[in-house]
Amino acid sequence: MHMTAILARLAWRNLWRNHRRTVIMLAAVILGTWAMIFMTALMRGMVTDVVREGIAALPGHVQVHHPDYRDDPSVANLIPISDTEITTKFSDAGFTGWASRVRVPAVVTSEYDSRGVTLLGIDPERERDMTFVDYDDVEGRFLESASDKGIVIGRKLAKTLNTQVGKRIVLMSQDPDNEIADRGFRVVGLFGANVTAFEEAFVFAGKTTTQDMLRIDDQVSELVAIGDDYRNVEEVYQQVSALVDGSVTVQRWFEIDTYLGSMLKVMDGFLLVWIIVIFLALSFGLVNTLVMAVFERVREIGLMLALGMRPMFILGQIVIESLMLLALGLVIGTILAWAAVQPIKDGIDISIVGEGLDMWGMSNVLYPELLLSDVILANTVVLVLGFLASLSPAWRAAHYEPVEAITKV
Amino acid sequence: MTAVRCVDLCKTYHQGDEDIKALDHVSIEIDEGGFVCLSAPSGGGKTTLLNAIGGLDKPDSGEVYIAGSRIDNLGKGDLAELRLRQIGFVFQAFNLIPVLTARENVEFVMQVQGVTAAERGRLALEILEEVGLDGLEDRLPADMSGGQQQRVAVARAIVSRPALVLADEPTANLDSKTSDGLMELFRELNERHKTTFVIATHDKRVMSYAKRLVRMLDGRIVDDIEQHAA
Amino acid sequence: MGLVFRLAWRNLWRHPKRTWLTTGAMVFSNVLLVFMISLQFGMYDLMVDNTLQSFTGHMQVQAPGYKDDQKIRQTVADIEPLAELLRANLGSDEVAARGTAFALASSEDRSYGIALFGVEPDYEPNVSTIPDLVGEGRYLGASDAAEIVIGAALARNLRIGLGEELTLLGSGRDGSFAAAVVDVVGIFSSGLAEVDRSIAEIPLAFFQDMFYMDGAGHQVVINAPVIDDVPALQSQVGTLLPAGQNLVVHDWDALQPGLKQAIRADMSSAFFMYGVLVILVAFSVLNTQLMSVLERTHEFGIVMALGLTPGRLGRLVLLETTIMGLLGLAVGALLGALLTLYLGVNGFAYPGMEELAAKFNLPARFFPQLSVLTLMAGPVVVFLFTILSALYPALRLHRLHPVEAMRAV
Repeated sequence: MHMTAILARLAWRNLWRNHRRTVIMLAAVILGTWAMIFMTALMRGMVTDVVREGIAALPGHVQVHHPDYRDDPSVANLIPISDTEITTKFSDAGFTGWASRVRVPAVVTSEYDSRGVTLLGIDPERERDMTFVDYDDVEGRFLESASDKGIVIGRKLAKTLNTQVGKRIVLMSQDPDNEIADRGFRVVGLFGANVTAFEEAFVFAGKTTTQDMLRIDDQVSELVAIGDDYRNVEEVYQQVSALVDGSVTVQRWFEIDTYLGSMLKVMDGFLLVWIIVIFLALSFGLVNTLVMAVFERVREIGLMLALGMRPMFILGQIVIESLMLLALGLVIGTILAWAAVQPIKDGIDISIVGEGLDMWGMSNVLYPELLLSDVILANTVVLVLGFLASLSPAWRAAHYEPVEAITKV
Repeated sequence: MTAVRCVDLCKTYHQGDEDIKALDHVSIEIDEGGFVCLSAPSGGGKTTLLNAIGGLDKPDSGEVYIAGSRIDNLGKGDLAELRLRQIGFVFQAFNLIPVLTARENVEFVMQVQGVTAAERGRLALEILEEVGLDGLEDRLPADMSGGQQQRVAVARAIVSRPALVLADEPTANLDSKTSDGLMELFRELNERHKTTFVIATHDKRVMSYAKRLVRMLDGRIVDDIEQHAA
Repeated sequence: MGLVFRLAWRNLWRHPKRTWLTTGAMVFSNVLLVFMISLQFGMYDLMVDNTLQSFTGHMQVQAPGYKDDQKIRQTVADIEPLAELLRANLGSDEVAARGTAFALASSEDRSYGIALFGVEPDYEPNVSTIPDLVGEGRYLGASDAAEIVIGAALARNLRIGLGEELTLLGSGRDGSFAAAVVDVVGIFSSGLAEVDRSIAEIPLAFFQDMFYMDGAGHQVVINAPVIDDVPALQSQVGTLLPAGQNLVVHDWDALQPGLKQAIRADMSSAFFMYGVLVILVAFSVLNTQLMSVLERTHEFGIVMALGLTPGRLGRLVLLETTIMGLLGLAVGALLGALLTLYLGVNGFAYPGMEELAAKFNLPARFFPQLSVLTLMAGPVVVFLFTILSALYPALRLHRLHPVEAMRAV
């Protein structure tokens, strides 16, 4: 191991022999690393936002439905298991969160207009931490219990319907016998959503009130459960599957919304590509630097070979020099990227392109997300590829003929 | 004991249209403790002979023996090992690794040989003192004069007590006074440590120090005389 | 001039590897830029075109305030004659009148709220792709028949098929009850969940009857031959509108603000990445040219002693860089063009793209199209930065003193 010590010393000092060249190369590596990691943090933040919003809209990591519900999400396909039984089983199971709800298409009518919406009959307390609605940011108030007689609609919908808190609207849907089921509700609250399209799509009422209106005693449309990490839902899935029988289907969030699932994968792939592209752009300069350095040191290399060094010794020197340069640039670049993320940790307001973001299911605030795994990935890829890139000039250097090298002019 | 034995060495270089016979059936034997100068005008073959002896270059035909073992048929790895442990080199220029200090340059080969840090540190300082450079251990080559650099090179060449020291025109870049100093050093080391020295040169001053003078011309040995050093 | 050029050229090839590596960096980034920019802009164009052509159209004539409030009372009077007038004056058939209202559609088993559109069956196919996407049955025929065309998802949700009857209920223009029974004559599939689930089309005359429109409608959709013609066409239409109603012409950006915003958001992130790439290449060039200048210090010293000014030497360096830059530009643009053309024929897709594409109205396999802009934009910018980065080494020459320089090794 004494070899490594000499090699390291030689490599380090040789780096700074031509410090202008090294500094420029270092600056490039730093910029490349910074761009890699900073951009990754922003993109990750974007994707996480879309996925979180999507999951909050479902909501949940795992959902349970009647087998035909997905194709026909109506009152005809309720979960065959009674809500009472569900409550008994799920309350003590230790989920991070779970809830059962009624979810049917409905028409909401005010004095001025009508709109088609999705009616959600919920247990407000259970859904507090799962849903996309911020209970504290509701104009008026949110629902207080499953038997609350009021209705909460989105701000945008209120505008379209020309209604407001305190006014009455009529909700109309179907019961299982295909008869019209309708009821008048007083608007008790207006909610806002990060994805403004949600404000027009959903209305919230109490679960038991809704069950009453639809004449579906003790039944629900969907059952949702969440765990701690949307990236890893297997445990929750197993737990839920164990508590229900074959009369229902259990699905993970990415099976329900394939767009979300694939977005995550595409983003992971894209980030890797971005890292590699940056590295390739750097590699030309890196190899060039090494080639030039080797060229300048031909006589020295010849000397070392004459003194009895093995070719691997020469190769090792060049490779270590390259790795040191990259490592230094990586460390500084990573720190700078971390520093760049700090001031925008609380989110960047991008509402200027808000309607465009709505199209993607993104909210108006972008939160960067700097993951250790991404940092490790970037650093590792650069080091490994850097090692490979340095092999060519290093190999060339190691195979000089001592006699030729010493006498090179 | 014969330190070096060469038998019927031949080497031809091809440069453009011409064929240059650098070694033309050269045979020579050098005893342990010898102090030999190879002299020839430029291109006379002395460097080629030196390189062949030192295992840096393979002759086209013939045999080379160092301390009784044949070396001209060794593989690259074994030759490197030979050069590392048995032979010391001093070249005309570019003898030192620019990024290492004088002491580190001297310690360099020992480090690769596996000598412990304490041991090689001690030996390095000793030898630098012996060649008259104590106080300059931590200088970089760029901060030393030509003569000082050559002394460091000599120090490095002999510190691990090689059997043989080969020097190729060691004084070519030095002024006369420094040249003399360097040759004095060679002679002292030869007498004190009994290290065999083979020095290639075309400098008459250097030749005057030799105990044995071997003249070459066009790849052949034309003269081989014992002489008393000046 | 010829001599200087020859000198510059030969200087470049003193170290062929170095020149190739530097040019390589340019070529790499150019190929990437040409390909990505072609892909990007092609996608934008396609996204806009697909979205607009599917339903919105390039512009619409509406009553003032209709765009935001969408009230049935905000009408365009005598809409069919107006559409006829526009057709005659614009000399184009890509003009179609529509009326819209919210309605409850009920089949035997189910009811759903939908957006109902009364259209001109002869002209609607010119402004929307929906008529073409009718997979089962046929599109609407005569202008006043009791027919309806619905989306596949809606048909599924309503559990209804061709030939069956659908009851429509809504609120007429004067607030009175509007009802009708129609036959399902066609089912279309656009691939967009939103559209397939909530849009249904009936003949305009039938619509006007059902909702007591009295000859009025809500939108006149107009398409320009090419999207770039929209502003001119918009002004022209403005002049043709009858006085007294304060009708407005909205272009597609006003109708679908999300589109341009989504594009803008995407462009910002893309430009960030391109920018990083270009700067990394510039670093590479800077390094190379700086080294090339420094290693010729001795030579430059001699030349200056012979009478050449630093200015001329600087120009020599710039010329060398320019030649290298042009080489990188030409080869890079050529290879990039080849790659793009190849993919333009064979298509480009990456895993996970299908789900994403569906959401944004894009095909699952993309064929990037090359244009002068997309071909040259990237390489030209790289070239400019290349020249810029050579300024430092060129200017440094002004600091050279002949004697000092000649002392350099």
